[in-house]
Amino acid sequence: MKSRSPYVILKWAIIAVVLAGIVYAAGLFAANGQLILVVVLGLIGLAILAVYATRRAVPMKYLLPGLIFFLAFQIWPAVFTGATSFTNWGDGHSLTKQESIKAITQSSVVEVQGQPRYELSVAVKEGGDVATADPVYILTNPQTKQVYAGTKDGLTELSATDVTRNDLGRVTAAKGYTILNGRQVNARQDLDDFTVPTRGGAAIKKVGLSEAYEGKPTVTYDAGRDRIIDHRPEAQGQPAKVYGPSNATWVNVQNPDDRLAQGWKENVGFANFKNALTNDTLRAGFLKIAGWNFVFAIVSVLSTFLLGLALALLFNDERLKGKKVMRAVLILPYALPGFVTALVWASMFNQQFGLINNLTGLTVDWLGNGIAAKFAILLTNLWLGFPYMFIVCTGALQSIPGDVKEAAAIDGASGFRTVRSITMPLVLVAVGPLLIASFAFNFNNFSLIFLMTEGGPFEGGQSAIGSTDLLITYAYRLAFTSAAPNFGYAAAISIFIFLIVAVASWFGFRQTKALEEVN
Amino acid sequence: MAIATHERLEVANQIQVVGHKRRTGTWWKYALAGVALVWALFPIVFIVSAAMNPSGTLSTTSLVPNNAGLDNFTELFSLRPYGSWYKNTLIVCGVGAFASVFIGASAAYVFSRMRFRGRRVSLMILLLAQMFPVMLAFVAIYLTFFTIGEALPGIGLNTQAGLILAYLGGAMGANVWLLKGYFDTVPRELDEAAKVDGASHARIFFTMTLRLVMPILVTVGMLSFVGLFSEFLLASIFLKDADNQTLAVGLWSLLKADKNKYFGPFCAGALLASLPVMGLYFGVQRWLVSGLTQGSVK
Repeated sequence: MKSRSPYVILKWAIIAVVLAGIVYAAGLFAANGQLILVVVLGLIGLAILAVYATRRAVPMKYLLPGLIFFLAFQIWPAVFTGATSFTNWGDGHSLTKQESIKAITQSSVVEVQGQPRYELSVAVKEGGDVATADPVYILTNPQTKQVYAGTKDGLTELSATDVTRNDLGRVTAAKGYTILNGRQVNARQDLDDFTVPTRGGAAIKKVGLSEAYEGKPTVTYDAGRDRIIDHRPEAQGQPAKVYGPSNATWVNVQNPDDRLAQGWKENVGFANFKNALTNDTLRAGFLKIAGWNFVFAIVSVLSTFLLGLALALLFNDERLKGKKVMRAVLILPYALPGFVTALVWASMFNQQFGLINNLTGLTVDWLGNGIAAKFAILLTNLWLGFPYMFIVCTGALQSIPGDVKEAAAIDGASGFRTVRSITMPLVLVAVGPLLIASFAFNFNNFSLIFLMTEGGPFEGGQSAIGSTDLLITYAYRLAFTSAAPNFGYAAAISIFIFLIVAVASWFGFRQTKALEEVN
Repeated sequence: MAIATHERLEVANQIQVVGHKRRTGTWWKYALAGVALVWALFPIVFIVSAAMNPSGTLSTTSLVPNNAGLDNFTELFSLRPYGSWYKNTLIVCGVGAFASVFIGASAAYVFSRMRFRGRRVSLMILLLAQMFPVMLAFVAIYLTFFTIGEALPGIGLNTQAGLILAYLGGAMGANVWLLKGYFDTVPRELDEAAKVDGASHARIFFTMTLRLVMPILVTVGMLSFVGLFSEFLLASIFLKDADNQTLAVGLWSLLKADKNKYFGPFCAGALLASLPVMGLYFGVQRWLVSGLTQGSVK
């Protein structure tokens, strides 16, 4: 037992380092108010202690690291995707209703004429990133000279001994804060909308680099009636505009076309799923994309499999000389990184300068025409995918016992007949599960489509639905590159993809089971 | 059922022994093989030609270069932080693949060697979870890492550490079945003998089992490395700064900036980028083929 002691020390050192890291991270989360994450980290820490500090739960000692990652970054994202698909989360719908009211009223603050302005130094909490951390306004009241720290939650007084001022009376240093210089302040776009709430709905806003005013909001919220009231028209002698809640946005009660950009996130039930299937424009696009998605995945699997099998049969002939070298060359496309293949083929299909048009003398706009683009993508995927099928088919062919073929030959079967009735069924049993896996992979072959066409071309004035879009590239665009991101709808598309792949795989596996019984 | 590599090699030899000895009628097979080789090779020739093409544009690239030079390679490094991309990619893929293999091997050891409550159910759950790849949850991953990054910018969005963490979510499920199949072929008697000699489970795992299953560890590590090397979706969501990007994201953005003008430097970059993956393929080709086909025969 003594000989193992260095390892015991090593084990405890690793446990200590990991726990220290967890405590450090939990401290940062706590300071940021992310209590759920603190609890999660606490549970992870307890689990590590319970598993590694005791002699029990031996299997868990090997499973825990993988399990933590599995739960945190596979199960949780799946659950979170499901939950998001039932919301309207997206552009203008990322806050709670309360936060949206606060944001709307506070950003409407205007300066009251004649009120004195505060001296302002923009800061962040010490240790925070000057470019992204929550801003803190260090404010000096011009009359009382009292110094405050203003955050998004309100004002707190600072002791005069904790701050240093320059000759002009501006605060240049404050204990616990990092003061930003002029360039850093200018770089922060978010300060234009940042306000420090004070009493009675009033708020403090920045003017220029070093001044701030306390102003009154021109838009107020009537909690009793649940209405947002915009008083600004009153200055021109017109009645105030009244907005009521409708579909997670504030809509003018007199004019339903007038709505505020800032809405809120709420549960919308099955609306995202229902829209995809019943809203005429969305459904047409969704069905078109889903249809091509199936064609792409099925044709890709079949074409790569047939070519791979044909080549495997060809090279399975022991009379062929130089097989080793030729096999190595055939596997080359598989050894090229997938993103390189996609980008190079996209260039080869370039209409003006591409190799394909140059060699064939054609002038086809391969990636600018829907049908041609689909063909180009299928051809590229054939080149990309056949070596894999070639490898697995070669393996399957070599594992077929020679006596089976010999028996067929003795029974007078022709070469073709042997392939059809003996070789094919045995190969199919072996590679069946891989064909299903290949289908599932190609169904979500994001990089090929995105790197070749980004889902395009977008024909007939369609800006949302591309001719070569897969469901996953469509969802990606919805969530990240569209003008108005819609996380909820994108998540719903993800759930659709999951259901389709799950059902297809289930049928596929049943089919291969049936094949195995034949065997 | 899994057929070990050496068994398959024997089978292959048998086929050769009993194979027909006819000598005629192979010329058409050579012809077909030639067509297949041209089909497999011409895009690769095109890349090499474009990388060597001194004027460096797509419009002047032909299948065989008129005269060759290395200008594109020097231009590439001055155009973009290509060296950083290369380093970032090797870090992300290297760390990611190593951690994946370690996590997968630890889990496979337990599932292969120990019997405990919930073992079968856990294996089934891991298999079923593969139906929902991490890629599908990209919205949730983005929102999650956005939240984490608010307090811990070091592992949030726009960091390689965050990207690696996101990749590790699927590490256990993706490989555990393949690994377990191989672990099962190592005789349990070896473990029992070591146990009788007083070795602990950790000692058996680290000093004996891991060595015996090295071929499958290499195969799985390589497959993870290659998979991560080409991963684009999450990498493009995570890595926004040019200095931070991987080769896939960086080279894509280079070509996107000007499809014609930057084609030469792009191909030069693509050629260099292919070296680690190609090296791995040809270095461990034998292991790879047996690893892949073993999965197929199971």
